[in-house]
Amino acid sequence: MTATVRYADTVEGLELPPASFPLARVDLVRYAGASGDFNVIHWNERIATSVGLPNVIAHGMLTMAEAIRVVTDWIGDPGALVQYGVRFTRPVIVPDDDAGAMLEVSAKVTELLDDNCVKIVITASSEGQTVRGKAQAIVRLA
Amino acid sequence: MLNADFIGRAYPPSSPYFVSREKIREFARAIGERNPVFVDRDAARALGYADIIAPPTFATVVAMESSQTVMFDPELGLDFSRVVHAEQSYSYARPICAGDELIVSSTIENIRVVAGNDMLTTKASIDTVSGEHVLTTTSVLVSRGVQTP
Repeated sequence: MTATVRYADTVEGLELPPASFPLARVDLVRYAGASGDFNVIHWNERIATSVGLPNVIAHGMLTMAEAIRVVTDWIGDPGALVQYGVRFTRPVIVPDDDAGAMLEVSAKVTELLDDNCVKIVITASSEGQTVRGKAQAIVRLA
Repeated sequence: MLNADFIGRAYPPSSPYFVSREKIREFARAIGERNPVFVDRDAARALGYADIIAPPTFATVVAMESSQTVMFDPELGLDFSRVVHAEQSYSYARPICAGDELIVSSTIENIRVVAGNDMLTTKASIDTVSGEHVLTTTSVLVSRGVQTP
């Protein structure tokens, strides 16, 4: 139950390995089933556009789940995550085509805290625009 | 408009949610996880856990029943088709682990109107049936106001 990354080896500004996550309609349907969130705006274009959205949008929670993988893969033990919070400022639009959408995630250590903890700011973007106002995690390192 | 009298309202604790290995694996697959600690018991044990652990956002599955009780409370007046998830945060005492039996206790923290949109903040404590605190989840939902043409 300990991270594999050592606090002593970590500096402010350290960039974590980035990752990209493709999102197609089938991924939204699978996530709806696994999570129990069947809000129609995540799978029904007719309803999504009728409430003023440009198209079906990804579950914010799905993008949140993918984004933290950049952090949990880095720390080794996902149980070393102490806090994780995001603000969903712009939805990820998932068109009904073969390409779908792409979520690009990067993360950086921004602050060394007490008790072997560090603060990490996570940036997520799609179509070149950030989809998060604020996404940050606190992890406890070894 | 949401019923502002609901600020501070605490909902009764949910019925216990039993965390199964297969539900964790299904959720891990749905978010594209490849970390073995979420699917393979030996990998989880190697990190010191009794069984596989759940990905950080799995709490949304556990809290679903309780959050739907809040969202679909007719007296609260939330239009589900207009709801967008605005903020979400988790504070962990430890990861959720297969075999946990969890109780969710939700409270409405705040209701406010921002730029014509209703914003609802709910907080839930997720604890084991024996009273061990596992995590706290806070979410902000926005019900987008109806635009007049």
